[in-house]
Amino acid sequence: MVFAIFASIVFGITQKDSTMEQVKYGLYCFALFVGGVFIAGWVMALIRR
Amino acid sequence: MAKTTIDKGKNTPTAPEYPITTMAVVAPIVGWLIPGGGHILLKRYVRGALLLVSVLAMFVIGLGMQGRIYKPNGGDILDILGFVGDAGAGLLYFAARIMDWGNVMAANAAADYGKTFLIVAGLLNFIAAADAHHIALGKKP
Repeated sequence: MVFAIFASIVFGITQKDSTMEQVKYGLYCFALFVGGVFIAGWVMALIRR
Repeated sequence: MAKTTIDKGKNTPTAPEYPITTMAVVAPIVGWLIPGGGHILLKRYVRGALLLVSVLAMFVIGLGMQGRIYKPNGGDILDILGFVGDAGAGLLYFAARIMDWGNVMAANAAADYGKTFLIVAGLLNFIAAADAHHIALGKKP
């Protein structure tokens, strides 16, 4: 989560131009990070079974 | 009646030119040395502060997790890549080397995460420095 927050902030700032676009892209990146963690967790749990 | 000539074949659009200014060279260097410094130099204070906090926090967390700071004399390609990532943090990397932080080879999961935090902090700082360069060139606001 901490990694996702800081990485999303940097990606948002560096990849977009306007403030609103930066915020939206940062939140989008954060959602992808967190969503990816959930999906990876479930995949690992299913593999383990 | 005057004749108008049309130049055929020479109507290709040219890419906008971005002259290399002094600030376009200085800002990324300062941005590499001090995370967010390039943006602050270019008067983008909020962005610079956020970048500083993000990169600094990731670096400090990485050290706190006993992550390893790579040295440039690693013979293994992965060690060299780790050094490149760590060196992206600029003065933070040099300070860690001088203070001998991250010189432990802790064999636990937290240390692995710490190593990743340190490398990613450096890589994100590289991205931030490149962004400062683009702002200085005028490619982005």
